[in-house]
Amino acid sequence: MSNQQNPVDSTSTQASPADAPSVGSATANSSTVDHFVQQKYKHGFVTDIESETVPPGLDEDIVRWISARKEEPQWLLDWRLEAFQRWLKMSPPDWAHLKIDPVDFQAISYFSAPKSDEDRPKSLDEVDPKLLETYEKLGVPLHERAKLAGVVAVDVVFDSVSVGTTFRKELKKAGVIFCSFSEAVHDYPDLVKKYLGTVVPSRDNFFAALNSAVFSDGSFVFIPKGVRCPMELSTYFRINAAETGQFERTLIIAEEDAHVSYLEGCTAPMRDENQLHAAVVELVVMDDASIKYSTVQNWYPGDENGVGGIYNFVTKRGDCRGDRSRISWTQVETGSAITWKYPSCILRGDSSVGEFYSVALTNNYQQADTGTKMIHIGPNTRSKIISKGISAGRGQNAYRGLVRIAKGAENARNYTQCDSMLIGKNCGAHTFPYIEVSNPTAKLEHEATTSRIGEDQLFYCLQRGMSEEDAVSLIVDGFCKQVFRELPMEFAVEAKALLEVSLEGAVG
Amino acid sequence: MMLEIKNLHATVGGKAILKGLDLTIEAGEIHAIMGPNGAGKSTLGNVISGREGYEVTQGEVLFNGNNLLELEPEERACEGIFLAFQYPVEIPGVNNTYFLRAALNAQRKYRGEPELDSMQFLKLVREKLEILHISDDLLRRSVNEGFSGGEKKRNEIFQMAVLEPSLAILDETDSGLDIDALRLVARGVNRLRSEDRAMIVITHYQRLLDHIVPDRVHVLADGKIVASGDADLALKLEEQGYAWLDRGGIQSLDIDLKA
Repeated sequence: MSNQQNPVDSTSTQASPADAPSVGSATANSSTVDHFVQQKYKHGFVTDIESETVPPGLDEDIVRWISARKEEPQWLLDWRLEAFQRWLKMSPPDWAHLKIDPVDFQAISYFSAPKSDEDRPKSLDEVDPKLLETYEKLGVPLHERAKLAGVVAVDVVFDSVSVGTTFRKELKKAGVIFCSFSEAVHDYPDLVKKYLGTVVPSRDNFFAALNSAVFSDGSFVFIPKGVRCPMELSTYFRINAAETGQFERTLIIAEEDAHVSYLEGCTAPMRDENQLHAAVVELVVMDDASIKYSTVQNWYPGDENGVGGIYNFVTKRGDCRGDRSRISWTQVETGSAITWKYPSCILRGDSSVGEFYSVALTNNYQQADTGTKMIHIGPNTRSKIISKGISAGRGQNAYRGLVRIAKGAENARNYTQCDSMLIGKNCGAHTFPYIEVSNPTAKLEHEATTSRIGEDQLFYCLQRGMSEEDAVSLIVDGFCKQVFRELPMEFAVEAKALLEVSLEGAVG
Repeated sequence: MMLEIKNLHATVGGKAILKGLDLTIEAGEIHAIMGPNGAGKSTLGNVISGREGYEVTQGEVLFNGNNLLELEPEERACEGIFLAFQYPVEIPGVNNTYFLRAALNAQRKYRGEPELDSMQFLKLVREKLEILHISDDLLRRSVNEGFSGGEKKRNEIFQMAVLEPSLAILDETDSGLDIDALRLVARGVNRLRSEDRAMIVITHYQRLLDHIVPDRVHVLADGKIVASGDADLALKLEEQGYAWLDRGGIQSLDIDLKA
């Protein structure tokens, strides 16, 4: 266990470990950005609103273009522009335990509409056989494989339309709003305006500011007072927002005594060519309400030599505004070349509860710096952190977590358990726990272990007849059990299969 | 002949432990291996089961006439070799039943038999539990996690009952057991005696052999079998202790002597 300087701004109660230092804006980086911004776009900027993609680069015109393309109201455009101005003055955070090649933000295209029929592979024969092999191993149904590989547009896929429609009807009957973020902006502007950016303000950090300026789409969920959402909500069924992953924005609101379980992501590896992902998720929970948010992330991790792969910079935060409210984050992170993610809870309401259950796996050259932040503000608030890091190959895995007990948080409780498992000799596990306590009645427990996958355990399994590969996945599965059991049933099964696939070749 | 070990030499971390060991076992027999600490008793079990780090430098091991040493540990297990561990390993979060089913199905698959589904497996497990008088509480827990010493050893015997090996090696199964736990474990082992199953019982003390009566007793010292006899040999050893080996007292015993 090691400690390093706390990157969190200790005067702000909404700060996140994701906070970039807010001073020193005149860095080389931002002046480069300034330079680009001041330059007029040379390559013949396409203003045609029908156009499906914009050329690489980011300036104010691009932000305006995106907003116009989505026919957004003026207030949202203003909000984006303000975020953009902030972003210009910020620089990418450098405190994480990650080695990242500098990202050229002017080399990225900031809007790309769903793939047209010409772009998409014509049949499964044109899809990378390695990807298909993985689907096979995960047991993804045939017609789903086509969808995941991008062979067919999601909104015309066999059963999903009808499934999606029936599903929506039932939700509507219960009073639940579940739609794409863009739809919500048009259909429920007051709700969006009321909550957007109130949990993760655009000034929060570099990537949150970027997302706020250029976000493409995402999910919007509203559960009205007293309603228990009749089913698990999943992006899987949100058929109208395909390929919006790059700068996704999600907002979930649970009113008094409302309850919802939300599943994000897909357990099969998504075909995704975007290198940089910077998503923002905001949760708002009122009195006696609860949100359970589960993620299984398996974006392209790069090849076995560390070439390619997704950079995943995500800001996820929930605000327990009401008394006795509850937020539970569960994540299984097996993909991406780089994962930078700290799903957090602000425990404002009296007796509110925050939970974080995480499995993060890094193999080959993958890097993860992930964890959580529990900010105890209200009295009798409780939080629980269970983090399981698995490193194999040359993977580097860091847990970074903050538990802060504010002055007014009488009788706050936290339990943190942070376990790391190493497979092989070239990987690394790192733990950076930050604890800040300003109330003497607080009780905090922290347990941390690091173990190499036991030669003894392996031999025990082999001696009973199991193959080495099966033995490793069995041991790893056991190691992750505390987290897996928080996942909805079918997700847990797939998460397990996913770990097996991700660990292939890790031993031997 | 089920197991034939000829002139076996083995090293651990470069250090010679077995120095020309010979042993022959027929199906249906129980052989006890006794000897002082450091004689190489546990090494023998680890070499037969193929544990990493145990290097055979000379000699051969034939199992049902085939060269065992060229097989991977999991292949040896699937061929019917079972090691009851001196220190059974804990695997947190892995359910004991799940573990055992994974093991059994791996072995069945190897032998070309259909895998058992959870219902079929549960039925088998219930039968075995009844024979061994083990409470099914053990099944619900993680593999050996938080088990007492006695529970761990009983769990080994239970695994043996389910996997039905043709050769079982019991490595100091009596160590750390009180007399009641010892009786329970021995009773389990005796129930698993059969005409087509051989067992090697590695022990430091005679007391286990009061309960599991062996066909042959071998004394292992400094990497070799120095004496072999019937069950009475164990009693004589108990009376005199291993110290007589050093004093050359072996000649004073009325037993078969090995070269």
